[in-house]
Amino acid sequence: MTAIEPATLRSAAPSVWTRLRRRKLALIGLALIVLTFFGAIFAPWLTPYEPNNQMFDGLTLQGAPMPPGAQFPLGTDLLGRDLLTRILYGARTSLIIGLVANGVALVIGTLIGITAGYFRGFVGSVLMRLTDLMMAFPALLLAICLAAIFQPSLWIVALVIATVNWVQTARVIYTETSSLSQREFIAAEKTLGAGHLRILFRHILPHLVPMIIVWGTLGISTTVLLEATLSYLGVGVQPPTPSWGNIIFENQTYFQAAPWLVFFPGLAIVILALAFNLVGDALRDVLDPTQRGQDQ
Amino acid sequence: MTAALQTSPAAYTAGDTPVLTVDNLSISVRTEQGMVPLVQNLSFTLHKGRTLAIAGESGSGKSLTSLAIMGLLPPPAVRVTGGAIHFDGQELTALSESKLKSLRGNRIAMIFQEPMTALNPVMRIGSQLIEAIRAHENVSKAEARTRALEAVRAVRLTEPERRLQQYPHELSGGMRQRVVIAMAIALRPDILIADEPTTALDVTVQREVLDLLRDLARDMNTALILITHDMGVVAEMADDVLVMQRGQMVEQAAVRKLFTNPDQPYTRQLLAAVPRMGQGHGTHPAKNVEPLVTLREARVAYDLHGGLLGRVVQRVHAVESVSFDIYQGETFALVGESGCGKSTIARALAGLVPHTGEIRFQGKPLGNDAASRKQVSRNLQMVFQDPMAALNGRMTAGDLVREPLVIHGIGTAESRREKAAELFRRVGLGEDALDRYPHEFSGGQRQRICIARALALEPRLIIADESVSALDVSVQATVLDLLAELKHEMSMSYLFISHDMAVVENVADRVAVMYLGQIVEMGTGAQVFGDPRHSYTRRLIEAVPHADPDRTLPARVLAASDPPSPVRAVGDPPKTVKLVDVGAGHLVAE
Repeated sequence: MTAIEPATLRSAAPSVWTRLRRRKLALIGLALIVLTFFGAIFAPWLTPYEPNNQMFDGLTLQGAPMPPGAQFPLGTDLLGRDLLTRILYGARTSLIIGLVANGVALVIGTLIGITAGYFRGFVGSVLMRLTDLMMAFPALLLAICLAAIFQPSLWIVALVIATVNWVQTARVIYTETSSLSQREFIAAEKTLGAGHLRILFRHILPHLVPMIIVWGTLGISTTVLLEATLSYLGVGVQPPTPSWGNIIFENQTYFQAAPWLVFFPGLAIVILALAFNLVGDALRDVLDPTQRGQDQ
Repeated sequence: MTAALQTSPAAYTAGDTPVLTVDNLSISVRTEQGMVPLVQNLSFTLHKGRTLAIAGESGSGKSLTSLAIMGLLPPPAVRVTGGAIHFDGQELTALSESKLKSLRGNRIAMIFQEPMTALNPVMRIGSQLIEAIRAHENVSKAEARTRALEAVRAVRLTEPERRLQQYPHELSGGMRQRVVIAMAIALRPDILIADEPTTALDVTVQREVLDLLRDLARDMNTALILITHDMGVVAEMADDVLVMQRGQMVEQAAVRKLFTNPDQPYTRQLLAAVPRMGQGHGTHPAKNVEPLVTLREARVAYDLHGGLLGRVVQRVHAVESVSFDIYQGETFALVGESGCGKSTIARALAGLVPHTGEIRFQGKPLGNDAASRKQVSRNLQMVFQDPMAALNGRMTAGDLVREPLVIHGIGTAESRREKAAELFRRVGLGEDALDRYPHEFSGGQRQRICIARALALEPRLIIADESVSALDVSVQATVLDLLAELKHEMSMSYLFISHDMAVVENVADRVAVMYLGQIVEMGTGAQVFGDPRHSYTRRLIEAVPHADPDRTLPARVLAASDPPSPVRAVGDPPKTVKLVDVGAGHLVAE
């Protein structure tokens, strides 16, 4: 027994990593995520410009923004600011929104969904009616109200987004949990004397991981765009602080004249969402024991 | 192999041409490792008015064969890779989908295992029948309706007009299967394929459906292919038998020859594993011993809410005033058909559903709260019917078996590992199995994991709720042997719950027969099986198919009507039956 003990201890953790490593798409996704973080953190060293610096030579003689070129690789915006610089700095905001706000929403949604789905009865009804209420209430209106009450800052915006974005997750998790609770292995756990917390977190939660991953990756793009909507309405991140969403919104009216202003930040959002999607997909397969041995 | 058929005493006349010929059929599935054969070189012929049983255990390829004949193999992965199927001068494997469609249902019809999934739940029975008829024959609605009514009459459903107006959920399982059969015969097909038609049904209903199928096949001169794992059903129904194992034909013979003088060792093994009904055994426990479990007028009822205010409108009396004792070291069996409340008793005892009345375990009354449940679970464990469903698929077998020890905080990580390894050895699984996941095991091995998990806490009582029902007969026999060994070694008690009379007869020391939530007969195995007194017990015993083609069949029950229901209006509880002692502790309902 003692001889095989280190082996069994080792087998679980690295095997997920080694199996993840074998998937090319997951590695690409991971690389893109790392790249985004790198760009956000090292933005000041990566670009010679300031994000809010309105440069004279950033505009043409007619006052139009510059298309991508040698001096400004991704062009400039209406105020003569370097777009690449703004996208790099904007990544800071968008990552916080996409990860923190979305993550908090996911945690709230999962906790509410799992509790309501497992206990049902009175607790379940109250929680799910609350969810329905939130769902019926226009999310944007709620976000505007909340943002108006608090002084808008990045963290407040993240919190606001989290409070409106957990509902769909809660609904889906609720449905799945209530069907899982009826499964026989849960009854088997109960006859073994397992408590509610153990059943919820050790037996039901692992089965919800694929669903949480899917909703988590979907949430990244929706939250990034919701942040953009909020800042467009003046209750989000305050200009001139760049975020991917507000770069798009600031410039969308000039889409025909200066398409790069919408295209590049949009591309950044798509790439980030795609990267998380690729990693999430791979993670879901790797964490599922029934898929073991099928991923060569 | 067809030579065996022709030399058999029951051989057909020489001029009779076969209606279906399967010639060297091979079916494969495309996987990442290439084509994997599922059925290899299967050949047989089918004649009008005869019944061919294809018997075999799960994974033997018997259902795939029937799907291939119907042209219903799941595309694109599974397909016919060789051989031919000839029907009425046509080669079925080469036929286009549209041509197959006109044959399916019309000339070749199929009856599936689970009638509820074969019927559309949101369509009336009548509409479904009429639609099926009009899909193949250009007849008016009124004419189709007459035909539908005829078919419903032919399957002997009571009140045929009313049945046509009903939805599938309003019918019982047996009646639904009759509707499926009615649908299949409405167009008078040449070939009827029945894939495990009675596996999902209760034994008395199975008896009725088998009688019906036999009569219909004879009256309509239809060729019947019966796919089943149950050798008892084979013996009663078939003219010829084809035994399959792992995609290959093992043996093909006339039914009498196969049962009396099988050629192949696998056939012999299969027949030997079939539990056979005997006269029962077991004795009453000594009077002065303290029982392990005591039930006194235990009741489980569920309220059905309805109306605008959600008042209780009806009540399901799942278990009604049940009293019995289980003693140390004995196997106490509860038998009965689905919905009789036997599993509900198990669940009440395990604390999974709240009860009223008195349930005592080791002298202490059982509460309805979580704390008492945890306490009881040290000494009372349960093994469920479907091991795949009862095991968390995301945990390794080792973790699953260690789980009860972790929950109750017994031992260290090291001692738990040793204990799990020891339990695995005990139930006949290798130590290397500890790190594997449930889906990597076979059904029988999974049930062993469940048993190992139940044994981890060294309980006094194991509740086996249909624990062997989902297993193949050969696997079932080995699991039953394991349970018997444990009983002797550890003086274990079992509450053995099953619908299978033959299995119960083999394992039980004492038996209680349940009907509509109440016990109608209780005694030792010898008393209940050797001298059944209650009419329901007799009916149950008679209905069991025997793996003996020469046995005369019991009298048939002709029509199917609505079964009695345990759902009753509030304030109208069912009458509790009174058990009287007819001698030596043999209790029978008056």
